[in-house]
Amino acid sequence: MKILIVEDDREAAAYLAKGLREAGHAVDHAETGLDGYALAESGDYDILVVDRMLPKLDGLSLIRSLREQGVATPVLILSALGQVDDRVKGLRAGGDDYLPKPYAFSELLARVEVLARRGAAPASAEPTSYAVADLELDRLSRRVTRAGREIELQPREFRLLEYLMRNAGRVVTRTMLLEHVWDYHFDPQTNVIDVHVSRLRAKIDKGFETALIQTVRGAGYRLRGAGE
Amino acid sequence: MSGLGKLLSTTAFRLSLFYLGVFALSIVLALGYVAWSAERITTRGMVETIEAEIADLEQVWRRGGLRRLAGAVERRAQAPGASVYLFTTPQGQRITGNVVSVSPGTLDSPGQRTIDYARLVAEDEGEVAVHRALVRVFVLPGGFRLLVGRDMGERDRIVEAIWGAFGWSVLVLVVLGFVGGWLVSKRVLGRIEAMTATTKTIMAGDLSGRLGVSGSGDELDRLAESLNAMLERIGELMEGMRQVSDNIAHDLKSPLARLRARADEALRIADGPEALRAALERTIEESDDLIRVFDALLMIARLEAGNAREMRAPIDAAEIARGVGELYEAVAEEAGVALETDIADALPLEGSRELLGQALANLLDNALKYAGDAAPGASVTLMARREGDAVLIAVRDRGPGIPEAERARVLERFVRLETARTRPGFGLGLSLVAAVARLHGGVLRLEDAGPGLRAVLVLPAAGAAQKDASTRMAVASSERLKRG
Repeated sequence: MKILIVEDDREAAAYLAKGLREAGHAVDHAETGLDGYALAESGDYDILVVDRMLPKLDGLSLIRSLREQGVATPVLILSALGQVDDRVKGLRAGGDDYLPKPYAFSELLARVEVLARRGAAPASAEPTSYAVADLELDRLSRRVTRAGREIELQPREFRLLEYLMRNAGRVVTRTMLLEHVWDYHFDPQTNVIDVHVSRLRAKIDKGFETALIQTVRGAGYRLRGAGE
Repeated sequence: MSGLGKLLSTTAFRLSLFYLGVFALSIVLALGYVAWSAERITTRGMVETIEAEIADLEQVWRRGGLRRLAGAVERRAQAPGASVYLFTTPQGQRITGNVVSVSPGTLDSPGQRTIDYARLVAEDEGEVAVHRALVRVFVLPGGFRLLVGRDMGERDRIVEAIWGAFGWSVLVLVVLGFVGGWLVSKRVLGRIEAMTATTKTIMAGDLSGRLGVSGSGDELDRLAESLNAMLERIGELMEGMRQVSDNIAHDLKSPLARLRARADEALRIADGPEALRAALERTIEESDDLIRVFDALLMIARLEAGNAREMRAPIDAAEIARGVGELYEAVAEEAGVALETDIADALPLEGSRELLGQALANLLDNALKYAGDAAPGASVTLMARREGDAVLIAVRDRGPGIPEAERARVLERFVRLETARTRPGFGLGLSLVAAVARLHGGVLRLEDAGPGLRAVLVLPAAGAAQKDASTRMAVASSERLKRG
């Protein structure tokens, strides 16, 4: 994937670029909002990682200008302002995701990869069913089967599995799950998400030889990719 | 600016100057009118007297001819306070009268005019004095002329007196006005200067300074009093801020020290990459905790600043309660606690879904943390319903509860009860919930559930907007009382 980082803090940008390159991505870096705008407008990026506070052109204005120019590249906003209203402002300006600083790199990487995939396949083109190994989920009839056997899921468990399957092969973090399945953005203090995932796991994986839902240490969860 | 210049440019002085001008103008107009009418009235009186005398004398002449007329004129001319009389031959020779001479040409034409004349004061000594008179000349058949007039001396004196009074009063008015304006401005300026001096010391950092109050209860006093009250409030806020930042510094120091010790220990003792890795992971966990504390503190500060108006939107508390309840239901089950819910169908209110969700998560988190203390089969109840104009969201556990005396204290930042020392947490959860409640114009009530604790979020329901504001004020004032 080709990623553009727009961040004025050189040290933070270098740390970020190094991590993303290690994960196998091509990374460009712009230090000011204007440079970032020029690169993002002309370059063919899969995703933009934009800091909110930038010299010359601030992050939100940059995103707004890009959107006005018809550039639809997904944007992940980084910000030291982690409050609820700041997130809302960021998303309203045209950002696709919002990550408050300081962040764990694993969280950022997971979000970048999920976002880039979403950019490649717009929501309207979402398939009506997912299949991973012998696990199948039909979004229309809301039926889940594994090896042909039907599995009863609560509505929330269904959404959880749907999100995991949509991002099969990619790491999703606990906060991402809370955001997409429950639509809350706060930091769950206890292991609420773990409990829900282990419940789902009990229904999906119990009694089968291969576990499909994997725990990624220090990051989150991952549903095995289709080809694994 | 010089002292005088400062004085002259004060509002009080300018105002007195303006009023002085207006007042002087009205006095000039009023007295001018009085003088003018006095002049007019006296002149008319004189004219009437002259007409009457001429009519009288004409009667005398008709009845008795020139001789009788000359006699009458002579008699009248000698009476005390007499009018002006002159009776002449057609050639202008004086026959009789109390006038020695008149301005030339006066007798040539009949009619009324003002002339200078010489009057015989005492006939014997032949003493004369020049006066002004309003006269009328009457020509008798045969060319004899009769002049009758009134001396204008008296009238002129009255008019002069009026004009004199007029001049003096304007002069006195202007002088008094100036002096008065100057004195008033000086007094006001003195007090303002004192206020300015005090404000300067306050700006220099001494918040203990207070403005002087003269005790007269005038508008400057009232201003000084409200400014003093404002200073008092600022002082309180500053003190509160200082205490909070002291607390924060103190409470963040221990986790930072732990973090440092762990890193230090890892460097000294850890052998092999596995041990180092484990130590690093723990260090990251600790810093995540610290970040969490910072986030919570920032959030509370932000909520307390109350500038989250734009976060308010129509939301449904029932949906939030169901969602968060479902989120925690699994956790409760895992902990062997039954989470019972009793939630109304729809509870519309104005607010932030995100913040209320977080507040409720904090309450459930707390309840589950302490519910397990009770005997097996412990339960936590989540209730959400409408009561009058309020939406109540209550979380009740059967844990140890909070002693009544401590209930207000646990809402403060970083306050953790002794019984909670052994459990994870920073003592910010309930502070955050209370701040969220306040932001929504509501309160967080902690009640005894006998046994256990019942935490109730009391929020104004949608459509209770007026109450909203008054609740907010009530909350704010009770808050102030508590702090005071």
